Amino acid sequence: MQLTNRSKLVVKKEMNFWERMYLPAILGGVMITIRHLFRRKSTVKYPEKTREISSIWRGQHVLKRDDKGAERCTACGLCAVACPAEAITMTAAERKKGEENLYREEKYASTYEINMLRCIFCGLCEEACPKEAIFLTDRIVTTDYSRTGFVYGKDKLVEKVDDRIDVTKRQTLAVQEFKQQKQLSHNK
Amino acid sequence: MITFLTFKIILVALVFVITLLVAAYSTYAERKVAAFLQDRIGPNRAGPFGILQPLADGLKFIMKEEIIPVVSNKFLFILGPCIAMMTALMAGVLIPWGGTLTIGGETYALQIAELDNGILYVFAVVSIGVYGIMIGGWASNNKFSLLGAIRASAQMISYEIAMGLSIIALVAITGTLSLSEISAQQAGGTGGDWNFWNVVYHPLGCLIFIICAFAECNRTPFDLPECETELVGGYHTEYSSMKLGFYLFAEYINMFISSAVISTLYFGGYNFPFMNDLGLDQNMITIIGTVVMFAKVAFFIFFFMWIRWTIPRFRYDQLMNLGWKILIPLAVANVFITVASYLIFK
Repeated sequence: MQLTNRSKLVVKKEMNFWERMYLPAILGGVMITIRHLFRRKSTVKYPEKTREISSIWRGQHVLKRDDKGAERCTACGLCAVACPAEAITMTAAERKKGEENLYREEKYASTYEINMLRCIFCGLCEEACPKEAIFLTDRIVTTDYSRTGFVYGKDKLVEKVDDRIDVTKRQTLAVQEFKQQKQLSHNK
Repeated sequence: MITFLTFKIILVALVFVITLLVAAYSTYAERKVAAFLQDRIGPNRAGPFGILQPLADGLKFIMKEEIIPVVSNKFLFILGPCIAMMTALMAGVLIPWGGTLTIGGETYALQIAELDNGILYVFAVVSIGVYGIMIGGWASNNKFSLLGAIRASAQMISYEIAMGLSIIALVAITGTLSLSEISAQQAGGTGGDWNFWNVVYHPLGCLIFIICAFAECNRTPFDLPECETELVGGYHTEYSSMKLGFYLFAEYINMFISSAVISTLYFGGYNFPFMNDLGLDQNMITIIGTVVMFAKVAFFIFFFMWIRWTIPRFRYDQLMNLGWKILIPLAVANVFITVASYLIFK
């Protein structure tokens, strides 16, 4: 059954004398390579110059706080379920009295770990989060000497109160509207 | 006599140093050319534009651990790279790097040794170079090395025939085997006396010679002795440290010498167009000629690299096919055609 018209009939014809000499073909190849000699180089000299990355680059995650500085995450586990690489683990805990300024709701994540070696930076955790707590940012996950160093805990993931991380580029109005539509994907 | 000897010793030292320097910077140039042909920029960390890269590479080679396999034949294992390096350096003796200098009433030729049968000497020395590869590959006691060595020797022997045949026409018409005389005969250029480089009279011979030079130097498309995709490292699989460095170095020196021989035989050597019409001093012409010679050599080294990053490797049977069934008959035909046309149009 023919699905498309893209298939081509392959003709394996004998090469004529000119083609069998190979020299014209080699000359053609040589001309192509010499043209590349003068072409603009695509290398970015990294430590001196960093490559420009997209404003919606999916890099290292951040756990957001709300306006008052309380953690938004409620340890519902939707991100862990959504994660195709099974990189996210967490344990939930109940908020005690007097911790209202630390955690926004009655339940919170006492530990929250993302294994950056497993993570594929797909952004599904962000999409799954009903509390607008986890976001991917344009920061790049740095290197490490051990595998355990790549398991990021809350100390590295939660943003500092006095050093907020801007995610407005990722959390645009369109995105927020999309998340409100209950019939779509995880919001069902 | 004393001045003659000092001049020769200085010249030997100079050629030795320049050869090593060119070989060292060929490795740098190779990486740069490769990078530029692939839209990259190549090594640029050691010094400005990575100009100190050969030093860093050399240091790395020397500092590396030296491994001699237990099962290898130790004496031959060490002898291999020595022969490769030595023969590579020996071939540069007969190349005329320039015309004659007149200092204090005495004339000196910028050529270490003058032999009547210069080309034969170069061929002889280059063919000894195969021993370095063969001995190294055999002494490693490793199947990949042995296969690489066998390929290298088979390839070199078969291409040497075509190479030798390709210059017969040249030798027959110039009437000499001496490299300096062949150079001198191409003097004048397109000035008052119309005298072209040999490539004009022997285009086919030149082409065959260049192809064979590629094969002799184990360069792509004929780099089967060390093809990484099939034989790990070929004949130098077991080598490490400076002994590996010697093999790689010998290859680059061979490339340098081949370029020099190609430019001497077919591209006028140290001669440049209008050299006799500018009214320059003889010493001045010699100095410019030497620079021109090195420019030509540099171009051919670049050409070697350029081809390397253009054409993929031949299959082994294709290589043998090309050598025995195409180049050798073509070289024989070239002798007849060139000599016959010379006799007719003379």
